[in-house]
Amino acid sequence: MFNLILRRIAIAIPVLLTVITLTFLMVHSAPGGPFDEEKAVSAEVLAKLNERYNLDQPLSVQYFDYLSGVLVGDFGPSFRYPGRSVTELISIGLPITFELALYSILFALCVGVLAGVLGALRPNTALDYIPMSTAMIGICIPSIILGPILILIFGIWLGWVPVSGWGYMPGDKILPILTLGTAYAAYCARLTRGGMLEILNQDFIRTARAKGLSETRVVVVHALRGGLTPVIAFLGPAMAGLLAGSFVVETIFGIPGLGRFYVEAAFNRDYTMILGSSIFFSFLIVSFNLISDLVAAALNPKLRD
Amino acid sequence: MNNSLWKDAFNRLISNKLSLFGSIYILFIIVLALITPLIAPYDYAYQDLDLGPSGPSALHWLGTDTLGRDLLTRMMYGSRVSLMVGFLATMVALSIGVIWGTVAGFSGGKVDTIMMRIVDVLYGIPFIIFVILLMVIFGRNLILLFMAIGAVEWLTMARIVRSQVMSLSKQEFILAAEAMGVSRVGIIYKHLIPNAIGPVIVYATLTVPQIMLLEAFLSFLGLGVQAPLSSWGLLIRDGAVSMEEYWWLLIFPSLAFSLTLFSLNFIGDGLRDALDPRTSDS
Repeated sequence: MFNLILRRIAIAIPVLLTVITLTFLMVHSAPGGPFDEEKAVSAEVLAKLNERYNLDQPLSVQYFDYLSGVLVGDFGPSFRYPGRSVTELISIGLPITFELALYSILFALCVGVLAGVLGALRPNTALDYIPMSTAMIGICIPSIILGPILILIFGIWLGWVPVSGWGYMPGDKILPILTLGTAYAAYCARLTRGGMLEILNQDFIRTARAKGLSETRVVVVHALRGGLTPVIAFLGPAMAGLLAGSFVVETIFGIPGLGRFYVEAAFNRDYTMILGSSIFFSFLIVSFNLISDLVAAALNPKLRD
Repeated sequence: MNNSLWKDAFNRLISNKLSLFGSIYILFIIVLALITPLIAPYDYAYQDLDLGPSGPSALHWLGTDTLGRDLLTRMMYGSRVSLMVGFLATMVALSIGVIWGTVAGFSGGKVDTIMMRIVDVLYGIPFIIFVILLMVIFGRNLILLFMAIGAVEWLTMARIVRSQVMSLSKQEFILAAEAMGVSRVGIIYKHLIPNAIGPVIVYATLTVPQIMLLEAFLSFLGLGVQAPLSSWGLLIRDGAVSMEEYWWLLIFPSLAFSLTLFSLNFIGDGLRDALDPRTSDS
């Protein structure tokens, strides 16, 4: 187990270094400086600006300066919002995006695991087919379609829930969570069903039943532990997908989270903000992958090799 | 290659109703996209500002958008962009992945270890962020878009091909070919790639919808294709903006795009069952 942790961290570090180096080089090789689009700035002011944002140094010096800043969580100043640092902007957006991702994954787990267990307990019946075909639809319909359609039906035509915002009006969190969580609920359902079907055929389940344990106890205590391994291994990549999905969902519903900041920074060419949030996103994603790998290994000794 | 194997696989594929439906729909969309310049009812940049947004009618079957552009025409031209990005990027991913995986699997030893470590590291990088960065920094260039997407989607392909090659290269007919003095390149092209192709085709079919989705995603955020050119992602974005008054602008492109994604996934699942009858989908 200890070896596994070391090995995973040994991969995570070069991944993060590659990300930082690549994004840094890409942003710095962008045609034109960050102040080019501003209306004519005098040479003197430009020199001052370059000095202030450290742009007059050679690239290698800037790179190591930036790297040592990142290590202590300092992503430098934002180009577009003077006086605010990128770290500050990230810390404003992060709690909202995190809340959105957390609710979505909880929704996905509750609905998905329930549907998957039911399907596995009664395979090839209506209880299996109906949730599983719905899951297939859920996987195929992307958030860019699901979001607007949910708004159109439940927000505009039926008028049941607000169509935008986050925490401004009661119920405005429902549609974003549904939009982001549905595809993951569908994946969870399929993975749970597959995992449970495999486990329920094994000898130790027969033993548990033979001991006279109730069916609920057999399923919840004995089978779920093994049956959920694929779901837990999926949670890491799912978090990565959720963060990327937050770009779309936060844009559609006007939620002031990290995903929307990122897309806005991409539009405004706020290079330090793009650089900082790219690195931050990558760090989150790599960490979630690491955690889910380790949890999966803790649950399933076979993965520890 | 064994002909009856492919014939069997083909028969199994079309006996699966969902895959059959998917194949027919995709063929229809591809043919339509190919002949769009010949049969499109209007020019894709033609605007009828006096008409403005109008619902489905005899003149404009699927209605017009806020600038009076014919929706059917824009969808047909959009399908060309979406399909082109999907298929070309898959080809790029396929070529890199197959070559990388074959070389790694066939070489073994240190070369294999180093090549697969590189894949491991690249796997950890969240590429959606890189594709967005590329679009921001180097402009919204269509060629660049699918090159970038293709160049990041080859990793799983390389892993699949490598494991196929590794299990194949231990078999007798490869040893026999080696003993007869067939060159390494010859063995790779004549024996390994043709025999490893099944899972590769399945994965490639499932990669196409993923890439189309990524393109739609970027266009939806406004970071992909730009008007007057169109893609399904861009049309869905336009539709979402004005759906309150003009629902058809959202519904029709969404329908076309969802059906395409469904069909490609059904074909992929069907192919998996057809090419490898042991692994029926669980």
